[in-house]
Amino acid sequence: MKTILFFMFICVISSPLFADVNAVEPNEIAVSTTEQSLDVDSIINKANIMAYYQGDDGKAKVNMKITDKNGQVREREFIILRRDDADGGDQKYFVYFIRPADVRGMVFMVHKHAALEKDDDRWLYLPALDLVKRIAASDKRTSFVGSDFLYEDVSGRNLAEDTHELIQTTPEFYIIKNIPKDPDAVEFSYYNVAIDRKTFIPMKMEYYDRNGRLYRTIESQKVETIEANQGDQVVQYPTVVTSIASDLNSGSKTEMQFTDVQYNIGLRDDIFSERYLRRPPREAVK
Amino acid sequence: MTHRIHPATFVLVLAAILSSANAGQDKGANNIDLLFSNLDMHGFYEIRSGYRTRKDKYEKDMSIMEQRLQVELSSYLDWADFKVKGDLFGDMVEEQADFDLRETFIFTRPYDFMDLKVGRQILTWGTGDLIFINDLFPKDWQSFFIGRDTEYLKAPSDAVKVSLFSDFANLDIVYTPQFDPDRYITGERISYWNSGLGRLAGTDAIIHTDKPNRWFRDDEIALRLYKNINNYEYAAYAYRGYWKSPGGLNATRTQAIFPDLNVYGASVRGNAGKGIGNLEFGYYESDDDQSGHNGNINNSELRFLAGYTQDIGKDFTAGLQYYVEHMLDYDQHRDSMPAGLSRDRNRHLITVRLTRLLMNQNLRCSLFTYFSPSDKDVYMRPNVNYKASDNLALEAGANVFFGDYPSTFFGQFRNNTNLYAAVKYSF
Repeated sequence: MKTILFFMFICVISSPLFADVNAVEPNEIAVSTTEQSLDVDSIINKANIMAYYQGDDGKAKVNMKITDKNGQVREREFIILRRDDADGGDQKYFVYFIRPADVRGMVFMVHKHAALEKDDDRWLYLPALDLVKRIAASDKRTSFVGSDFLYEDVSGRNLAEDTHELIQTTPEFYIIKNIPKDPDAVEFSYYNVAIDRKTFIPMKMEYYDRNGRLYRTIESQKVETIEANQGDQVVQYPTVVTSIASDLNSGSKTEMQFTDVQYNIGLRDDIFSERYLRRPPREAVK
Repeated sequence: MTHRIHPATFVLVLAAILSSANAGQDKGANNIDLLFSNLDMHGFYEIRSGYRTRKDKYEKDMSIMEQRLQVELSSYLDWADFKVKGDLFGDMVEEQADFDLRETFIFTRPYDFMDLKVGRQILTWGTGDLIFINDLFPKDWQSFFIGRDTEYLKAPSDAVKVSLFSDFANLDIVYTPQFDPDRYITGERISYWNSGLGRLAGTDAIIHTDKPNRWFRDDEIALRLYKNINNYEYAAYAYRGYWKSPGGLNATRTQAIFPDLNVYGASVRGNAGKGIGNLEFGYYESDDDQSGHNGNINNSELRFLAGYTQDIGKDFTAGLQYYVEHMLDYDQHRDSMPAGLSRDRNRHLITVRLTRLLMNQNLRCSLFTYFSPSDKDVYMRPNVNYKASDNLALEAGANVFFGDYPSTFFGQFRNNTNLYAAVKYSF
């Protein structure tokens, strides 16, 4: 299940921290002493796993509804497959587009590298031309398919790109402030992430610009528990199935919904290769 | 035109697919039902019009004026995928309606190590961006130059593609039983340099060809052996067939011909710095004139390409390529040609692609430029595409040719410079 989420949700994971989930008053701190031993690194690592790495692999159908400030709506629909090389490590993504009609059958594939110095590898397959394109991946903070989610929101921001500080613990959330180590590489000056203390799912991310003004948020609106098999055991993966990214500057927002979420479906490594890029596996298209 | 298919053929092919699906299984009737229940239909309707920017006495002022309906039907059974895709279009330049069957194939994975795709299909490999060395599958240069969507640069092949996969490497074998040439410039829509006449020509001098067309004898075979090592994609290629566009003249110089051609090449592509780099070369062995003495047949060549693509800003990508064609028997070529008609030994080409996405990626502005410092000619392809909604796209663009000489690759098309606009509704 991890897989799924990660995508959509992306934001969550990457390195977000965030603070002040709605309704969370900065002063109402009620920290249980037993939990205080959790340090910030443990929290963000757990949140990263929950947001992007649940299960060994995963699949979901994703619907995006992008609404601009004039109320015009555009929709995206795709199926996403994910496979982890290791929890918190390298991952592979396979995205098969269903809508809009003019991109139907297009495939986007990513080999995500956890090492900071190594850019991800990205491919795009255009079926009308039978063309496998390689895409430069140096800038991950660009919009994913024209939505308010960024590439980095979908596949996760590398934790090592920010410094993390636990700025507040509320009854429900850890609120973590994340400051980029290379401020010139990103458009935000910092972001806060509210991480659910029970599930470790990032529930809200807030991005602040150089003037300290909030300009972008990502909220997990709905979390469902997805049952899956892990070996002989049945396990439960709490999964964000609805999240909303809002761009407060442009007035645009994107609602992302995950359906058909599955974990541990036994995706083989070779699915994330040119063979299946040119001709997607059945798992990816149905 | 040979590439146009009668609608009846389309129906026959569909029937053949259905019956093969039927015959291949015990529960034939159920399969047909399944095939229909799994059926998916998509496509688009488009209106596209364009005009020349200067008078061309050999061609109409209208460069394109067509309505086009593309319908794609796809379905699947347990053992195979099926697809039929065709374009019905009415064209006011040629004043006729036509059907162009783009794809009709069966795809199956009979073994873990094998994929098989049989039928009419679009095929592409190699690393170039709008430059092709080891991709010897048919191109439609006419569509490219008159302003159709880039999708139409690739013309379909009637072929069998067998793909074999192993840990050592992967192998693609494409067998085309009857030679599929490019949809090359004939003079019908685009005026060109006619070396026989020694001037520009067009509808007054349509190129007539003697095309190899015997089934299973005038065939083509293309191989690609490839492997991904740490996400660097290495490939070796071989091709045995014909020059895809006319590559010579018959002995009486009355007809253009497609001499035998063998190509051997290799490529590599992968991350380089902040972007993607690629290298590719090919040895073009002009098999009907190994010595290079026959001035009527293309010389053998070495072709080399180096490319690099990188983001240069938010949603802003730049690509640069250097490409050279080097004639291998140049002295013989020069000796065999009348004075002043020989080509340069090397044709150098530089391409620059700039693509910028704006307005939440709904507006795409792109400019692709070919520039040859040796031929002193330029071909520019500006294009603006705006997605007004998820279904409706508006597009405008141009094909701009410059050249110092009337006989060079792009310079010969300078009277074909055109502007076009299109509206496309996808469903």
